[in-house]
Amino acid sequence: MRKSAADPKGVLSGSHFLDGDHALAEGALAAGCRFFAGYPITPSTETAERFAERCPAVGGLFIQMEDEIASVAALIGAAWGGQKVMTVTSGPGFSLMMENIGLAVMTETPMVIANVQRAGPSTGLPTLPAQQDMMQVRWGSQGDYRVIALCPDSPQECFDLAVEAFNLSETYRVPTFIMTDETVGHMHEKVVIPPADQIGVVGRNWYQGPKADYRPYQFTGKDVAPMVKAGDGYRFHITGLTHDERGYPNLTVEQNEKVVTHLIEKIDSNADRIIRLDEDEIEGAEVVVISYGITSRIASRAVQLAREAGIKTGSLRLITIWPFAEKRIAELAGKIKGFVVPEINYGQMVREVERSAAGQCKVVGVGHCGGAVHDPEEILAAIQEAAK
Amino acid sequence: MNMNDQTFRVESPMAEFLRMERMPHIWCPGCGIGTVVNSFAEAVKKSNIDMDKLAVVSGIGCTGRVAGYVKLDSLHTTHGRAIPVATGLKLANPELKVVVVSGDGDLFGIGGNHFIHAARRNMDIVVICVNNFTYGMTGGQLTPTTPQTANASTTPYGNYEYPFSLPFLADACGATYVARWTSLHARNITKSIREAFNHKGFSFIEVIAPCTTLYQRRNRLGDGLDALNYYKEEAEVGQEIDTRDVGIDFQSEIRMGRFVKRDKPTYYEAVNERYANVLGDDYQLYGMSKPEREEKARREAEERIRMQALLEEEEARLLAEDIGTDEEGV
Repeated sequence: MRKSAADPKGVLSGSHFLDGDHALAEGALAAGCRFFAGYPITPSTETAERFAERCPAVGGLFIQMEDEIASVAALIGAAWGGQKVMTVTSGPGFSLMMENIGLAVMTETPMVIANVQRAGPSTGLPTLPAQQDMMQVRWGSQGDYRVIALCPDSPQECFDLAVEAFNLSETYRVPTFIMTDETVGHMHEKVVIPPADQIGVVGRNWYQGPKADYRPYQFTGKDVAPMVKAGDGYRFHITGLTHDERGYPNLTVEQNEKVVTHLIEKIDSNADRIIRLDEDEIEGAEVVVISYGITSRIASRAVQLAREAGIKTGSLRLITIWPFAEKRIAELAGKIKGFVVPEINYGQMVREVERSAAGQCKVVGVGHCGGAVHDPEEILAAIQEAAK
Repeated sequence: MNMNDQTFRVESPMAEFLRMERMPHIWCPGCGIGTVVNSFAEAVKKSNIDMDKLAVVSGIGCTGRVAGYVKLDSLHTTHGRAIPVATGLKLANPELKVVVVSGDGDLFGIGGNHFIHAARRNMDIVVICVNNFTYGMTGGQLTPTTPQTANASTTPYGNYEYPFSLPFLADACGATYVARWTSLHARNITKSIREAFNHKGFSFIEVIAPCTTLYQRRNRLGDGLDALNYYKEEAEVGQEIDTRDVGIDFQSEIRMGRFVKRDKPTYYEAVNERYANVLGDDYQLYGMSKPEREEKARREAEERIRMQALLEEEEARLLAEDIGTDEEGV
């Protein structure tokens, strides 16, 4: 999809000292998001606060909704009202959002949702980091579907990936997630915001043809239909029910198959275009550490220690979590002794790595409970085991 | 599709308003929802509203299907969530008139929280609740409005819960227009919807309507006609009624009328005023400058005055023709 320069009004160009939560808000504004509905929850609230403070002068609107269910509902309304939309939350709120995330998936409504992950289950450890919602983002709402999820490891990447998330969300008409965590969310680092003309933004793909011919959906499994907004005379209809190209309910197994395979294929068939990985010294490696988010910063120390100890260790950082980089991992699995997968949970993405590696090499998970990051030594021990 | 169907789809007086290709609808014989849809269509026609700028949002349930049948921008959403979707739609595109049409279970059971907050904010939307005292789509369960002792499939020995009185709830939460009618009073519903279209702020219209298949049958209340007879006998219009006094007991008197109409800045106006006061010329919501905002507000105010005059003219004409309202004093 074609990118154009960002609207300079939303872009705070320059070097800043920002935490990840604030950088998310700046990324959203740079991407052209002008509607934010949210509900306070630690450790994500700062994103909402920053948007609320910045939006009036940028030409946007912030509304604090009564709960996270309402937040995502409002995003659906606002997106069909013509705006680019965002919300942010953490575990408990993320659970509440699942219902309308399903509606957004089904109605192919673009939106960006950031989950600044904290430790669960339930209220858990509100102020401490985790990576325990990696499967919830993939499977949390009922039914079969796909979403896109990105995982930043720094405030700079919170900005960059917020822009990217909007671009992907508009391109594929799919809710797109930024799965960060408390530590990245609250970590202050230098964030460079480029001039507006150097930020590529994908605008809404507005329908151009005759009004009577407008169809809100096309079930090609590749592309998505252009959108319209309420008030422009298209008299569109959307529903969470299984529907035809006009958006009208069609409650048959055949139509459900059409819709669901489209929702899946529009992401799967474009996976190579969507997936971004950060690879380091993969060539000739015996062991590859696969990590994401805050854990990749701990893992980099372990990789360094392993290399010092003479183990040829590569690093593969998942910037895109979903769709999962299964092709690349399958390819590497045939060439190395083993993968090491540290994550702040007791085994979520590691299962995807195992599935992709399909027995071609060892896969050593390094689980960790929520609330703290790994000790690099734990990851080093796993690298040593994988190298045996 | 035979010729009769074809003709019906083209020539029906509702063809302009309904997605005729979706007929027949799913509602049962004797159901009150169709009356509300007719009254709504009538109100739209009489109000001369630009239908391209009118959007309908529904939740889930029998009444939730309204969004699917109206030939308007229409969103059929999740259970109970029509109001926050409408909130997003209205705020993203303030030019729109946004109407929520849904049932009592949807709006006040699962969606109760959203209702009270939209009313509190004086969100500029119209909420029409078809209150049939039951969850029809799922087979006649208890709702937050089911009167005590009434039989529902989940209170098979009769209801022992205290029901909401919806006008009282709406009033207490900050709604600035509140009315109640029954599905017998189609003309009054139409008039109320027109008033609500013309009202600035959160407008709530409750329509008591029969669910013949479940509520009527379970409670041995007869068919749709029996329900309308009950409304004819027991529904009373009053002036200046206090919303504290409009609760409904099982087959009791139903007090109807326009209970509340008051002026208060809407959410959007409050946002504009606050930001403009604090930020001055820096404030440009969706790129609109201060003069543009003021111009828009002026146009809208003029439009409201024009509509009010139309409404009153119409009322006077009806009274003169002596085919006026169903009840005295309306």
